[in-house]
Amino acid sequence: MTGSVPAQRDLLEESLPPAGPGIEGQPIGDRVYRVVTTAFAVSVPALLAVIGISVVAAAWPALRTFGVGFLTSSDWDPVRGRFGAAPMIFGTLVSSLAALLLATPLAVGVALFLSEFAPDWLRRPVSFLVDLLAAIPSVVYGLWGVFVLLPVLRDTIVPFLADTLGLGATPFFSGPSYGYSMLSAGVILAIMILPYISAMSREVLLAVPRSQREAALALGATKWEMIRDAVLPFARSGIIGGIILGLGRALGETMAVTMLIGNRHEISASLLAPGYTLASVIANEFAEATGELHISALMACGAVLLGVTLVVNALARWLVWRVSREASS
Amino acid sequence: MENIVRHRAVAVATVLAVFACGGGEGDGSESDSGSVPAMASSSSVDLTGAGATFAYPIYSKWFSEYAAATGVRINYQSIGSGGGVRQISEQTVDFGATDAPMSDEEIAKAKGGRLLHFPTVVGGIAVTYNLPGVSQPLRLTGDLIARIFLGRVTKWNDPAIAALNPGVALPTTDLIVVHRSDGSGTTYVFTDFLSTVNRQWASGPGRGLVVSWPVGLGGKGNEGVAGQVKQTPGAFGYIELAYAKQNRLPVALVRNTAGTYVAPTIATISEAADSAVAKLAPDTDYRVTLVPESGANAYPISSLTWLLVYETPPDASKGQKLVDFMRWMYGAGQASAASLDYAPLPGTLAQRLTERLSQIKIGAPK
Repeated sequence: MTGSVPAQRDLLEESLPPAGPGIEGQPIGDRVYRVVTTAFAVSVPALLAVIGISVVAAAWPALRTFGVGFLTSSDWDPVRGRFGAAPMIFGTLVSSLAALLLATPLAVGVALFLSEFAPDWLRRPVSFLVDLLAAIPSVVYGLWGVFVLLPVLRDTIVPFLADTLGLGATPFFSGPSYGYSMLSAGVILAIMILPYISAMSREVLLAVPRSQREAALALGATKWEMIRDAVLPFARSGIIGGIILGLGRALGETMAVTMLIGNRHEISASLLAPGYTLASVIANEFAEATGELHISALMACGAVLLGVTLVVNALARWLVWRVSREASS
Repeated sequence: MENIVRHRAVAVATVLAVFACGGGEGDGSESDSGSVPAMASSSSVDLTGAGATFAYPIYSKWFSEYAAATGVRINYQSIGSGGGVRQISEQTVDFGATDAPMSDEEIAKAKGGRLLHFPTVVGGIAVTYNLPGVSQPLRLTGDLIARIFLGRVTKWNDPAIAALNPGVALPTTDLIVVHRSDGSGTTYVFTDFLSTVNRQWASGPGRGLVVSWPVGLGGKGNEGVAGQVKQTPGAFGYIELAYAKQNRLPVALVRNTAGTYVAPTIATISEAADSAVAKLAPDTDYRVTLVPESGANAYPISSLTWLLVYETPPDASKGQKLVDFMRWMYGAGQASAASLDYAPLPGTLAQRLTERLSQIKIGAPK
């Protein structure tokens, strides 16, 4: 070996910061940078904690007055000071679930089309248009829903489902259809969360290596078998991540839902019946709420919504963890 | 994930560029049926107020007319009666506005001393419906309206409706009730009326800014209910008169205490106010309801709306500006009320209230 290699290594070691976890001895710029980024990183969970604590603190009078009954009672009577959030919890979960069931196949289908079948010149414009759906304001969705979607659902689609297909005999499509219903809210939510699921799925599907696809095809798989066995398992956790993202949006969506759901404090098995969601009741009643208990009850709805969102997200993340664990084992 | 961010940024920029105003995404943003800042520049705002949405159109017109006449700028946020009551109690605004009179407990909680109620205009609530085949206005009694909202009447060709409307071809379709989903002074006045004419309503849902409705769909704001009634054949709801007129919705004739079937118009609403003024006690605090009404042609579902002002305003110059505005409002201002479908206060009432303005002590120690 020549003598220049040890000399180069000395120079290299001098320019690196000293080894070890402490920041003493590191250049001042690095230290400031580390402190600032740590502060940013800590501030986000701190903000979440502050929001959670202040909402629960404001909700405490109502939760203490009604106890668990707040979650199980359907009686919402501000005149008499009785508040029960069960219809709203039911409505939030059902409308979000309906939206997921409608949006997921469609979104994954769009993503599959764009990743597997679409020619290059088509992929970018269609992707852009699908993502554009996410940029439309919620109120505009609500207006469109009231003037376009609702009449179509009420006059064409629901009679088809209820009478022609005979689904009206089932409890899920029973009862009269006024247009303002859980179904309408579910459909508009499905349209709103579609771009989130679709964009995430598209990214992970495009990231599947070509070698996987070609290996499946080389073994004699049809295109559908190749997608089912080689592509989708790879992309599964990403698709579920997109679904979680969409679900998070659907749970908290306010304006579009409140314009379409009928705002009725009632639990009904039928999708054609009007309902209520936690976010809608806060949006509707908060401005005029004067009694302390009424305001506290609305904050309690907010706390419950926060809790529902956290639980659903935790469940979904656990599901992703399990799925990816199975996939890797 | 970069693609989402990039596409979304371009998409948002495109939407913003197209609409050239801050549209933004509305989820989680606050509700409201018309919360628009009244002033373009707040640099020289003299007075601030907040509260009821019902009278926001006429207040807005008054503030702009007054600013043109005197240069005094007033900023009003129509955040709802509850919000108005809260803000004036906390003294974050100079005056509040409410569609429903404050209760004694609420007045006791106001931080700036004694809070006075000053009526500003008279409004009426129209009972509206969507019956495509029926051209003449329906006749209804208060008791029947209450029973409809209780869920006792479910079809349009119910005998009770047919008995009051002989010769009208009522369809066999469902009667779909529409009410307000948000808290509102309109609801307060309407449920006040229903409580007066029907005992089951009084002991059931009762009166309030928000009540527990036995049946029906909820629409957000007057415009929400108007929209739902307009879009849903067979719908039946209540809205402010101005909304019924502007949306060209049919309006029912409601039977008043004297037995006449009355349509809501400026004249009939004014008559309800006149008859109430005649019965005012000399030392009234003006927290009066116009239900039940008296008068041959008085419309039974009318109400006042109030400004909330402290008896001893904390700031003397602002207090003086407010009193000057209110004096103008009771004088020249009342003339513009009718153009926006509000009934002006009866002349005698406006006179009394102008005299009452001297009760506001400007510059007196608290």
